[in-house]
Amino acid sequence: MTLKVQDLTITRGGIPVLEGLNFALEPGRALILRGPNGVGKTTLLRTIAGLQPPLSGTVDCPSESFAYAAHSDGLKAMLTVSENLNYWAQVFGQKDINRAVSTFNLDALVDRMAGTLSAGQKRRLGLARLLVTGRPIWVLDEPTVSLDTASVALFADAVRAHLKTGGSALMATHIDLGLEEADVLDVGPFRAKADTVAAGGFDEGFL
Amino acid sequence: MGSIWEYANPVKFNHTAGKVLPWVSIGATATLVIGLIWGFFFTPDDYRQGSTVKIIYLHVPAALMAINVWFMMLVTSLIWLIRRHHVSALAAKAAAPVGVIMTVIALITGAIWGQPMWGTWWAWDPRLTSFLILFLFYLGYIALWEAIDNPDTAADLTAVLCIVGSVFAVLSRYAVNFWNQGLHQGASLSLDKEENVADVFSTPLYICIAGFILLFIALVFLRTRTEIQKRRTKALIARERLG
Amino acid sequence: MIALLIRDLKLAFRAGGGFGLGLAFFLIVTVLVPFGVGPESALLARIAPGILWLGALLACLLSLDRILALDWEDGSLDLLATSPLPLEGVVSVKALAHWLTTGLPLTLAAPFLGLLLSLPTQGYAWLVVSLALGTPALSVIGTFGAALTVGIKRGGLLLSLLVLPLYVPTLIFGAELARRGAEGLATTTPLLMLAGISFGVIALLPFASALVLRVNLR
Repeated sequence: MTLKVQDLTITRGGIPVLEGLNFALEPGRALILRGPNGVGKTTLLRTIAGLQPPLSGTVDCPSESFAYAAHSDGLKAMLTVSENLNYWAQVFGQKDINRAVSTFNLDALVDRMAGTLSAGQKRRLGLARLLVTGRPIWVLDEPTVSLDTASVALFADAVRAHLKTGGSALMATHIDLGLEEADVLDVGPFRAKADTVAAGGFDEGFL
Repeated sequence: MGSIWEYANPVKFNHTAGKVLPWVSIGATATLVIGLIWGFFFTPDDYRQGSTVKIIYLHVPAALMAINVWFMMLVTSLIWLIRRHHVSALAAKAAAPVGVIMTVIALITGAIWGQPMWGTWWAWDPRLTSFLILFLFYLGYIALWEAIDNPDTAADLTAVLCIVGSVFAVLSRYAVNFWNQGLHQGASLSLDKEENVADVFSTPLYICIAGFILLFIALVFLRTRTEIQKRRTKALIARERLG
Repeated sequence: MIALLIRDLKLAFRAGGGFGLGLAFFLIVTVLVPFGVGPESALLARIAPGILWLGALLACLLSLDRILALDWEDGSLDLLATSPLPLEGVVSVKALAHWLTTGLPLTLAAPFLGLLLSLPTQGYAWLVVSLALGTPALSVIGTFGAALTVGIKRGGLLLSLLVLPLYVPTLIFGAELARRGAEGLATTTPLLMLAGISFGVIALLPFASALVLRVNLR
């Protein structure tokens, strides 16, 4: 499954933030988005995941192929680690959570309430959720926040394993994961220009 | 003269509305002054209701507008959802406060009229109750517009609320009818009924209704223009910031 | 879908608040009514169906903002929107979970509270029937309100303002059905109307709820 993005212009709160984005993500590859805070990385990832429509351009890939993970992990404090994972596995029509548990070293925690986990453990659980979706393209927004060095290594291994099986990953992160399969895309140069904002924003008719 | 959708362009709408607005305002003022003075001072007292009947010159047009404004909001909401014309959404937003004032006028004049006629300021008569419910719908609609920052999100959500609300408003009307048979007199104006308002009363009433409609158009034009200018200001500031 | 339902029910149990609070509120409202209107049992019997309906409606209203707001805050809604479940199904399941944890217990508790208000004997069956038919509509309409206000901080009050007018037809027919039942009058018309409203909103309103939820997520 190749993700192709063509001439994509995206808006945040109705104002274009990035324009003219073109890239392709082949199976087995990872693409890391770089750029200063507020440039629109989160908006781009949300648009690709199908949560919001682009202003123009296309994301050429069915939205059923994405597993999206954002700043918040979507965990329920009153459910145990395994209940949280089982729930998402069922939602995505999968059964097996063991691989996800062992990949992110959660074995000792399976019966703990998610609410009692530390921030880093929660994050690991949130990332383990990706493995139970069974979807080929990971769309990740700052996946390494609050992870320690060892956990970042775990995560890098998980991504590598995912790429080996023909998956791909698109992520916004500032940490070097040491992935040799990864390309880097700096979205800074694609910042929307003033005339695009004037011509493409929802308020264009008002000017 | 092109298609009506040309006026979906905010700039074009603003331009045209700006030219039409003074005439509509003058028309509204003139018809209202003529209609109300004629109605209040140059019609005879009713043989049963005495001079209190003259409140119909406020009550009936306001009540008509209260419903029709909501209907207009329903139409503009549908246009927004289907064709995404911003003017349409802004017109609905602009009309709602006018509608709520019309509803309040209808309720208050109704109470003032009801006191000498029925001996009570308020009765849970189906029509009165329906207007009270309509008032609540208006309040919710306006509150939702106010609560949301992103104008497009607000327009979408209020449009859906308006459509769903319309269905429930009609349901409520039937429910209330079923719940209590009222003491309200039948429609004051209709073509097929015997007990229509007599001609001496009806001519100024028609003038008043026309006046209220013109007043409504003037207010909606004015308020829609204001909303468009607000959006324009925001767009200019946003462009400025991006340099 | 079933997984979502089970999770919501589990959360309602474990977090407490779910049932308990709604039921306790229902009880307190019912207990307070005689303090307000006096202990005369003839009067209480006359107003009992209406009071119980109103109490159930308010108890329902209390927990509406929890239907979607919690999932919004922890990001679950974003993840659900990108999952294979259609949002229409998600909001329907959410409404069902709300009904199972609020409407159903209220319906079952109502006859006992009817005792406190000296509800006439023939009224109990109709009270339960009217609540069983009407409370699903309350949950579904409430979910629509919750979807409308999910992105708004402190939207609870706005939610009530939006939802209460939408509750009018359900309340009128529901309370009328219970009242007629208690007074031994013909019940067919309000029964059919209430059933019509319930099935109508269950069938149609989830589409509107999913639509506004999508707008809010964007």
